[in-house]
Amino acid sequence: MTGIIAVTSEGPKMTDMVDPRFGRAAGFVVVDLATMAVSYVDNGGSQAMAQGAGIQAAENVARAGAGVVLSGFVGPKAFQALQAGGIQVIQNVEGMTVGQAVDKYKRGELAAAEAPNAPAGGHKG
Amino acid sequence: MIYAIASGKGGTGKTTVTASLAALWDRPVIAVDLDVEEPNLHLFLHPELTSEESACMEIPVLDAARCTLCGECAAFCQFKALSVMGKTLLLFPEMCHGCGGCLALCPEKALSPGGRELGQIVSGHFRTDHSSSGRAQDAGFLMGRLRVGEAMSPPLMRQVKARLPQTPGTDILIDSPPGVSCPAVNAVMDADVIVLVTEPTPFGLHDFRLAVEAFRPLGKPMGAVVNRAGIGDMGVQDFCRAQGIPVWAEIPFNRAVAEAYSRGEVVARAVPELHAVLLALMARMQGAAATSISTANPAEVRHA
Ligand code: SF4
Ligand code: SF4
Repeated sequence: MTGIIAVTSEGPKMTDMVDPRFGRAAGFVVVDLATMAVSYVDNGGSQAMAQGAGIQAAENVARAGAGVVLSGFVGPKAFQALQAGGIQVIQNVEGMTVGQAVDKYKRGELAAAEAPNAPAGGHKG
Repeated sequence: MIYAIASGKGGTGKTTVTASLAALWDRPVIAVDLDVEEPNLHLFLHPELTSEESACMEIPVLDAARCTLCGECAAFCQFKALSVMGKTLLLFPEMCHGCGGCLALCPEKALSPGGRELGQIVSGHFRTDHSSSGRAQDAGFLMGRLRVGEAMSPPLMRQVKARLPQTPGTDILIDSPPGVSCPAVNAVMDADVIVLVTEPTPFGLHDFRLAVEAFRPLGKPMGAVVNRAGIGDMGVQDFCRAQGIPVWAEIPFNRAVAEAYSRGEVVARAVPELHAVLLALMARMQGAAATSISTANPAEVRHA
C-alpha cells in the first residue's frame, strides 16, 4: 500500500489517541504507508487561533504531503480547503488509537466522506 | 458626552433603562442601539424611522485568471480568509475583516474590491419628555441591525458610530450589546461614562463581576443600576461597596413595571415611582461625566 495519511492525534505516537477535532487537533501523526515511517506535525498554532483553525490545519496537512486525512469532525471550511488540496477526508474516526485507525484504513474499513460533519467554528462537545 | 448602558448578560433590563433615560433626558440627545445582533430599543422608543441603508465592508474578489498562486495574500491575511490549497486560491469572504491588505499587496492585481453586506443602518427620531423644560422635543435615533448570518458585529458597529453627529452639547446614549466580548467592549470604549445594569441575584452578580473586570481597565467612570431590586439578595450592592462602584439606581420590580414593559412602553413614563428613580440616575450619570472631565489627566482627554 502506498500514500501518505495524516491522523489527528493527541500526541506524537501510534499509541496515542485520535484527537476527534480536526482544526483544533493537538497534532497530526503522518504515516507513509509504503515504508510505515511515522512523523508528527504539531498543530498547536491552529489551536490558538481565534478563527480559521480548520483552514490552517488543512494547510498543515497539505504541507506534510498527505493525500488522506483521518479525523473525527471536520467543519465546512476545512473540508473545502482539504478538497481543494486534493486531500481525501475520512471522518467519524474517534475512540481509538492512531495505530488502530491506520490499521482500519489499511483494511479498507474506512470510507471517504463527501460532506463535512461538523458546524462552522469547531465541533462543540 | 457619551453614555454607554451595558450589562454582563442579556435580559437584565438594559434596554428598558436606556429607553427610560432617552425619554427623560433633559438635554439634546441621540439614542443609539448598538446591540446590532438583537436591536430592540425601537420597540420601546417607537421612533419615526426616516432612513435605512445597507452597510458594507470591502472584501477582496478574486480574478482567478490573473492569480499566479504566489501565496503572498494568504501569508499576509491574519484571519485565514485566504488560503492557497493545491491549484486554487481559496477565499472565505465571511472571514474577511476588511483590512484591505491583500488588495494592496497582490503583485498580479488579481484581487479587486467587492462588498459584503454587514446589515442595515436605520435612523429616525423620537419624542422626549424633556421634563425640565416642560415640553417635548425631537431627538435623534440610530440603530444598526446585523444581517442574519453575518458573524461579525464590530465592523457594522463602527459604521453606525461613524454616523453619530459630532455636535457639541448633544449627549449620546448607547444601548450596548450584552456580555463582555468584542462587541460589548467596542460599544463602551468610546463612552465617557459606563452604566452597568444588573439584577440582584447570584447569577446577576456573576455576570456583573465579569463586566466590571472587562470594562474597568478602560478607566472610565462606572456606576451600577440594580434592576428588579427586591427579587434577590444584596450581593451586588455588597460587591459594589467593596469595589468602590457607586449604585446609581435601584429599580424596584412590581406588576406595573412588568405590564408597561410587555406593552412596549417606556417604564419611567408609565410608572410614576420610577420616574423619580430614573431622573436621579440621569443626574448621577451627568455628574459623573462632569467630574471625569474636570479631573481627567489632560493627556487622556480625547479630541479635547
Ligand atoms: S497575492 Fe495575488 S497572485 Fe498571489 S496568490 Fe494572492 S491573489 Fe494570487
Ligand atoms: S482584506 Fe484583510 S482580512 Fe480581508 S482577506 Fe484581505 S488580508 Fe484578509
